[in-house]
Amino acid sequence: MELKRRGFLTIAGLTLLGLTAKPGWDIFSKVELPEPSPTPERLAKKKWGMAVDLKKCWSLEKCKDCIDACHRIHNVPDLGTLKEEIKWIWPVPFEKVFPEHELEYSGEDYHQKPVMVFCNQCDDPPCVKYCPTRATWKRKDGIVMMDFHRCIGCRYCMAGCPYGSRSFNWRDPRPFIKKVHLEFPTRTKGVVEKCNFCEERLNRNLLPACVEACKEKALSFGDLKDPGSDVRRALYHRTIYQRLPELGTKPKVYYIL
Amino acid sequence: MYDGKKIIPGLLIFLGLVTYPFWHNGVSGKTGYVPKPKLPVDKKECVEPKDYIRVNHKDLLDDWKSSAIRKGRRTYVASNQKRYTMSLTRTCMQCHTDRAEFCDQCHKYAGVENKCWDCHMFPKEIKKE
Repeated sequence: MELKRRGFLTIAGLTLLGLTAKPGWDIFSKVELPEPSPTPERLAKKKWGMAVDLKKCWSLEKCKDCIDACHRIHNVPDLGTLKEEIKWIWPVPFEKVFPEHELEYSGEDYHQKPVMVFCNQCDDPPCVKYCPTRATWKRKDGIVMMDFHRCIGCRYCMAGCPYGSRSFNWRDPRPFIKKVHLEFPTRTKGVVEKCNFCEERLNRNLLPACVEACKEKALSFGDLKDPGSDVRRALYHRTIYQRLPELGTKPKVYYIL
Repeated sequence: MYDGKKIIPGLLIFLGLVTYPFWHNGVSGKTGYVPKPKLPVDKKECVEPKDYIRVNHKDLLDDWKSSAIRKGRRTYVASNQKRYTMSLTRTCMQCHTDRAEFCDQCHKYAGVENKCWDCHMFPKEIKKE
């Protein structure tokens, strides 16, 4: 059989089409890939950090989108009392967060403005040193993790944390959760909890919930070791504060003024 | 035997009371009870074969827990080389949605309690609330 130019092109085209069938099917059929298993070496290449642009944050008054998003996806209960409050992100007046920058006659008006505070994911975390059961520890990528399974509720970590970032479940939190988010477990009575930098979302290449929820883009998140990351670019040539830097905990949450 | 008329009926009554749980369950048919965990209808395959899961699910979940939380490694390679995400809520409970019909069937029968469900919630549990 003699193959004409047209015939050859037709066959070549059909062959190419046939070759794309399998990958195309894989993409469009709902085959969910399992979550990755990064090696410790690969985790160690990153160092997650966050930057909060205070002026952007203050441009929307009384906005608490970040708090709502975080507390919703992590099943943080709303107990309604200050004494037993459980919080992963919460607002604190500027003068309380940065007492060392509170100058009485500076002429600035931000002393009473709210600053969003989280767990600082310290590079040298005091809570980790205090935990007697290793229920909290620093991961290779810098996240201070919490293993709720192993926490015995001794609250040494809470005493050790200079930022008050940890909350204790004085009672069963489940009745106080408005709508349970199924992808994250709730906690039980007698367990300490705190912000985990959305470790479960980072694993799936998603940004932390608070960063995603912020309409003003006041929160930047990324790898502190990468000079081109969002968080590093947000920090260039700006006035940066950290909470209680004199303690040497080396927080990885930066505040930009 | 002194007071045999009292002792022997007394002993019989005592034996009857002591063995009460045995013959009561025998009469009511409870001894033949077999737990029937309800399997998901639309899914045919668990992460591992049924016999393995039946015996080793506790160890498997324990391994998943430490691997996912403490090491951050969440890919499970099953014996048939299929890959799954290690997660009780996001993998297991996506198929086994009802605790009363699945877990509780055997766990209640065997009197085995655990604390998994204190935090990990079943999808069906929420709908009932």
